[in-house]
Amino acid sequence: MSAPVVPSPEPGGLAGHLDGFVRAVRDAGIPVGISQAVDAAEILTVVDLLDREQLRHGLAAVLLQRAAQRPTYDVLFDLWWPLSDRPVAPAGEGGEDGEGGEPGESTLDLPGSDADLAELMRDQLLQLLMDGDEEALRRFARLAVERLGRGQPSPSGQSFFSYRVLRALSPDTLVSQLLAGLLAEGDRGGLAEQVARQTVRERLAALRAAIEAEVRRRTAAEKGRDKVAKNAVRPLADQVDFLRAQSSDLAELRRAVAPLARRLAVRLSARRRLGREGRLDFRKTVRASLGTGGVPVVTHHRPRKVHKPELVVLCDVSGSVAGFSHFTLMLTQALREHFTGVRAFAFVDSTDEVTRFFRPGADVADAVTRIGREADVVSFDGHSDYGNAFEVFADRWPAAIGPKTSLLVLGDGRTNYRPPGLPVVADMVRRSRSAHWLNPEPRRLWGSGDSAADRYGEVIDMVECRNAAQLAEFVTTL
Amino acid sequence: MARPPTQFPQFSSVGDVEKRLSEAGYLPDAQIATTVFLADRLGKPLLVEGPAGTGKTELAKALATATGAELIRLQCYEGLDEARALYEWNYKKQLLRIQASQGTDGADWDTVHDDIFGEEFLLSRPLLTAIRRTEPTVLLIDETDKADVEVEGLLLEVLSDFQVTIPELGTITATRRPMVVLTSNATRELSEALKRRCLYLALDYPSAEREREIVLSRVPDLAPGLAEQLVRIIRALRALELKKSPSISETLDWAQTLLELGLDTLDEAAVRSTLGVVLKHASDQDRAAAELRLN
Repeated sequence: MSAPVVPSPEPGGLAGHLDGFVRAVRDAGIPVGISQAVDAAEILTVVDLLDREQLRHGLAAVLLQRAAQRPTYDVLFDLWWPLSDRPVAPAGEGGEDGEGGEPGESTLDLPGSDADLAELMRDQLLQLLMDGDEEALRRFARLAVERLGRGQPSPSGQSFFSYRVLRALSPDTLVSQLLAGLLAEGDRGGLAEQVARQTVRERLAALRAAIEAEVRRRTAAEKGRDKVAKNAVRPLADQVDFLRAQSSDLAELRRAVAPLARRLAVRLSARRRLGREGRLDFRKTVRASLGTGGVPVVTHHRPRKVHKPELVVLCDVSGSVAGFSHFTLMLTQALREHFTGVRAFAFVDSTDEVTRFFRPGADVADAVTRIGREADVVSFDGHSDYGNAFEVFADRWPAAIGPKTSLLVLGDGRTNYRPPGLPVVADMVRRSRSAHWLNPEPRRLWGSGDSAADRYGEVIDMVECRNAAQLAEFVTTL
Repeated sequence: MARPPTQFPQFSSVGDVEKRLSEAGYLPDAQIATTVFLADRLGKPLLVEGPAGTGKTELAKALATATGAELIRLQCYEGLDEARALYEWNYKKQLLRIQASQGTDGADWDTVHDDIFGEEFLLSRPLLTAIRRTEPTVLLIDETDKADVEVEGLLLEVLSDFQVTIPELGTITATRRPMVVLTSNATRELSEALKRRCLYLALDYPSAEREREIVLSRVPDLAPGLAEQLVRIIRALRALELKKSPSISETLDWAQTLLELGLDTLDEAAVRSTLGVVLKHASDQDRAAAELRLN
């Protein structure tokens, strides 16, 4: 009993459309194999094609392999299977008529200045945000883009901009009114307000997402969806540059790095357990053989002595690599939870040990702020001075690096034209078991300007580590 | 790949999935219902991935209840091997058999050999059990990411052909394909090959509306207003980037706790005194108390 509308797949028809969609998904960096594309076609024969959400979830089930790919997929799906499947209108005003008749539209169909219109819509928005009905909010977003989002008409067609809508509605200024509406008298300041704020944040984010989706849809109708697909799709979380991560990416990134940190820890502990079978434990084997009539069916072995890896992490925490150091400190934290032999040092123009901030169970964000406040990492002017930092490290903790130690340096190697202290680094590398330097800058910039990365690269193994994907790659080769 | 023809689709439509899972006490959203429907219709294993406590295992249990099938569970852990997952020969019993036959002179090597590698001496583990069953079966392979990579290879073989080859007995093919649900907490990336054979379902924390419904269906005595308040606080907690965000089951525990304590509103004092039900790290509790201004 499959769906009633099963169109015969013909090239260029539904099958061709699906093919285009699969290609777009691939172009966005989501690997889709041939067998998955075939499965996707099979999905079309099983789901109810009139139900758009079924199609969305059905295709997602075969095309995606990680939760992080979902936002990208949703953007593309909305472009390929737009909400109202109206025929692509010829450029101009004529095509907009199909939108008419939506509930609430007529009440706003007032002649008047843009300011009046915006004011009217703001009132309506306030009410919608108060109610929190997502469907109504989406309808409102479509209307708002139609009314307020138009850019200057140009020969290439009508453009729509989300910033115009957001500027006209300025939803952020509604927060205090919303809070007043959601909270009873006397609830201010405490738990209730914090919870209400969170609710407001969620609803505003939903509004923004709806407006952006609608702008994309309209732009795609005007200018072709391939163009929109290229611009609108944000990079996957593990491809986001550490140095350019925006605050909205940060949470995503942290989620991408968290399992990575665990994997690194598991990898290292797996190493330790490798060769668990030590020498034969004769006594235990004989004891066990009594249960099988004296036949030693199962042999028992002594546990092997475990090699305890020691890891020293030297981390640049100056402002220029703040985004990067946050994630490396997170890695440090995860390692700390599994090994006692991890020591962490932070530096800007001086070095201090920060291991104490990473007690197992401690919060990383906390640790970062405490390093800024309590650790002695700045001695002069707060600009990176790698040479001095390395010298201080070698001076104060000469015993930190031994023949069993792996050394991990994290930083961009930008010395502000100060001496890089190469001999100190070379000596540290010589004394350690292995040494790596993770650099968040692209390889082509190494050695440009005040970067001493190329010179450091001669004495230590320097690895480009710009995003979570590259970090993962490094972890597997460690 | 030829599929054994003997799996009958259990659900007639997505709506049917929704209805029957709801009756089994699990409220699916559109994504879950659609994916379960497809897994049933296409006869593919369902890989459910998501943070701990989002109802992955619960889904498999509800599926078993909804289809009237028996749930067979393979709990994965590090060091899980074939002998624990598939089958094992009961060597102690085999030894006994050999020793017992030593007295009698009629037992030559061949008969003993045939004898000790028979059904009687085979210890069937979850995977083999699921394949051999003739009744409807839901096979739950729980926390697949905890198992070693070699186990994935084993699963690949079993899940693609639904057959197991035991050298001494021959190949055992499923007479009735079990419905397979794999769960993973994504602590490690499962292999591409395994993911390709499965339908992928990413479970996240539910929307506010759905979570409220879940709370009310599981803890029916709770006042709706309180459930609403509870869910909002839980969502505020999840937005805090804690070490361990509160899961659905913890939301339910909290609702139950409030009910037992007879609290009818969630103010600062009530939240502070019961926070231990949802947050189980000292640092998380401190953080929540500071951010939500509990003090």
